[in-house]
Amino acid sequence: MYRYDQYDQAIVDARVEEFREQTARRIAGAMNDDQFKPLRLKNGLYLQLHAYMLRVAIPYGTLDGRQMRKLADIARRYDRGYGHFTTRQNLQYNWIKLEEAPDILAELATVEMHAIQTSGESIRNLSADQYAGAAADEICDPRPWAELLRQATTFHPEFSYLPRKFKIAVIAAQEDRAALRWHDFALRIVKNDVGEQGFEVYAGGGMGRTPIIAYQIREFLPFAQIFSYLQAVLRVWNTHARRDNIHKQRMKILVHELGEEEFRRQVEEGFQHFLTLQTDFPQAEYDRIAAYFAPPPFETGPSAEIDRSDPEFALWVDRQTVAHKAPGYAIVNISLKPITGIPGDISAEQMDIVADLAERYSFDEIRATHAQNLVLPHVRKADLHALWQVLDAAGLASVNLDLVTDIIACPGLDYCSLANARSIPLAQKIAARFADMDRQLELGELKIKISGCINACGHHHAGHIGILGVDRKGTENYQLLLGGSGAEDTSQAKITGPGFDEDGVVDALEKATNVYLRERQPGERFLDTYRRVGMDPFKEAIYG
Amino acid sequence: MKILTGNDLRTGAVIWWTGEGWSLHVEDATDVGDRGEAILTEETGARRVNGGVVIDGSMTPEGPRPAHIKDRIRALGPTVRPDLTLKPADPNAGSWVI
Repeated sequence: MYRYDQYDQAIVDARVEEFREQTARRIAGAMNDDQFKPLRLKNGLYLQLHAYMLRVAIPYGTLDGRQMRKLADIARRYDRGYGHFTTRQNLQYNWIKLEEAPDILAELATVEMHAIQTSGESIRNLSADQYAGAAADEICDPRPWAELLRQATTFHPEFSYLPRKFKIAVIAAQEDRAALRWHDFALRIVKNDVGEQGFEVYAGGGMGRTPIIAYQIREFLPFAQIFSYLQAVLRVWNTHARRDNIHKQRMKILVHELGEEEFRRQVEEGFQHFLTLQTDFPQAEYDRIAAYFAPPPFETGPSAEIDRSDPEFALWVDRQTVAHKAPGYAIVNISLKPITGIPGDISAEQMDIVADLAERYSFDEIRATHAQNLVLPHVRKADLHALWQVLDAAGLASVNLDLVTDIIACPGLDYCSLANARSIPLAQKIAARFADMDRQLELGELKIKISGCINACGHHHAGHIGILGVDRKGTENYQLLLGGSGAEDTSQAKITGPGFDEDGVVDALEKATNVYLRERQPGERFLDTYRRVGMDPFKEAIYG
Repeated sequence: MKILTGNDLRTGAVIWWTGEGWSLHVEDATDVGDRGEAILTEETGARRVNGGVVIDGSMTPEGPRPAHIKDRIRALGPTVRPDLTLKPADPNAGSWVI
C-alpha cells in the first residue's frame, strides 16, 4: 500500500499544526463559530447531537495493522472505546472533544492518516473496490489510479471551494462492489477492442434528495489522459453550478439540467484544452505509485484444501470468503453486523484483533467496505480455520454477507444532527426478526439499506429494500422502497406507498419477503423477482 | 416552556441553561420565557456554548421534557447504547425518549 514520502508527511504535519492554532483561537474567542466551522469541517470535525464527531479518511478503504491499532488507541484514549465504519469506507468517532481534536489529528499523522477532505465542499475520500488487488475478476489493481487522483486533487486550489461535495470511485472489475454509478465521477477500468486498458467514465450520479444514476460520458479514456478529463469535468461544473441554491449545487443537478449530450460536449471541449496544458501524470509517476501496490509475495502452490468437518466453519467459509486471484488464497469478509448489533460499529479491542490478524494472515492489509464491513484481502486457505477461530471468539464471525441481516444503516437520529428518524434500532429489529440462519439463506441475497433522512448516507435509494426515515409531525415515520441496486445492475428504488411506524415497517418488509418467496422462479434473487413481477404484488401484500 | 440548550464549546457535550449557568442534565433546565435569545447572545460571546438554540418543552413530574424527540435523545444519549447515556443504570430511560 502507499506510504507517505517526505512531502506527504510535511503537508499533513503542517495541517495539524494549522488546525491546532485555529482551534486555540476559537477557544480563546478570536474566531466565532461562523468563522471556525468551515475550518473544522475541512479537517473532518462535525458537531453532532452529543459531541463533536471526527471522520477519519481511509483512502480507497485500504489500511494496515499499524493504522488500525492507532484507530483503536484513539478510540480508547479520546473517545468511548469504539469507532463506526461508514458507507464511504471511512471511520467516525462520535464523542470527540474540540480541545483534543488537534492531538488526535497529530496521532493520526504518526501513522500516515488524516481527516482532510472528509467533509466540506471538496473532493471527498476516494472510494474503490474493497477487493482491489485480490479479486479474481479484476483487470488490474485500481488503487494506483485512486492514489494518483487523491494526490492530484488534495489541496488543488480549483477544487478547494467547489460548489458542493464531489465523490469519486474507481474499480477494475465487471462486478461493481463500490456503488460506482451513485458517484459524481466514476471510473471503471476496461479493455478496448485492441486490448488496451483505459477508463469507462461515468458522471453526474448521486443520492440525497435528488437521486440520479450517473451517465456514461465516455466509453473509453486512455489512462494517460485521466487528469485532463477530470479537470474538464470539474471546470464545467465550477463554471455553471447553482451556487445560489444548496439543493441544486451537486454536479448531478447540472448534468441533469444541461442534459447528458450538452454536458458531454462541454467536457470534451474543455478536455481538448486541458490536453494542451500537459498536466497529466507522466508514466514514471504512475510507475512510482503503482510500485506501492505491487502484489504481496504469495506462496506458490499452497494447499487449496479446506477441512470442512466443522459445519459452522464450513458455513462461514461459504458465505464470508470470496475467490482470490492467487491459487490457494481467499478474500475474507469480516461482518460488522452481528444480530442486534450496530451496523459498522467496532470496539477498540476488536480493532486490535483485526490488526493482529491482518499482520499474521493477510500481508498486513485490511479493507473497509462501503457496506460497513471489513475485509482481509489475502488469506491462505490453509489459515482460514485458525483465523475463523479468533474472529469467532471476538464476536466477528457473523455469517451474513449480502444477506438480509447485512444491513447498511446510517447513524440516524441516535447520533446525527441532520437525521429525522433513528436508523440503528430499525436495523436491529429487522435483524432480530430474520435472525434464523436457515431463513436468511432461504431468502438469499437481499440488501437492505436504511437512511435516517433524505441525505441518504444509508444508501436507501440503492437498497433491494430501502427504508427512509422521515419526521411526521414530530414522530418517526418510515417509507419503504423496493428495487434499488448499487451494483453493476444499478437502479433506483421506488417508494411502495404511505409510510409506517417502526414496528409497521418491519412487518411490511417481512410481507415483501413473503411475496418474493411466493413469486420467485429458480435462481432469482429478491431484486430479480421484483423486476420481473413489478411493484403491484408487493403493494397488494403490504397495503391490501 | 422555552428551554435553552447547546453544546459546550470545548467538549461538545450537550448542555442546558439553568438560569445561572449550564448543566449536563435536562432536569436542571429552566423556563427562559422570551429571554432565550438574549441569554444566548451573551453566552455565545462568552465562549461557553456552541450551536445554542431555544427549543419548546413542557414541565412534567419528572422535570423538563423537550418537545421534539431529537432533543430528548440529546438530553439522554443514544438510545442504542444505554451504557453511554447519562442514565446507564435506568432501564426505563429509553421510554422517556420515545
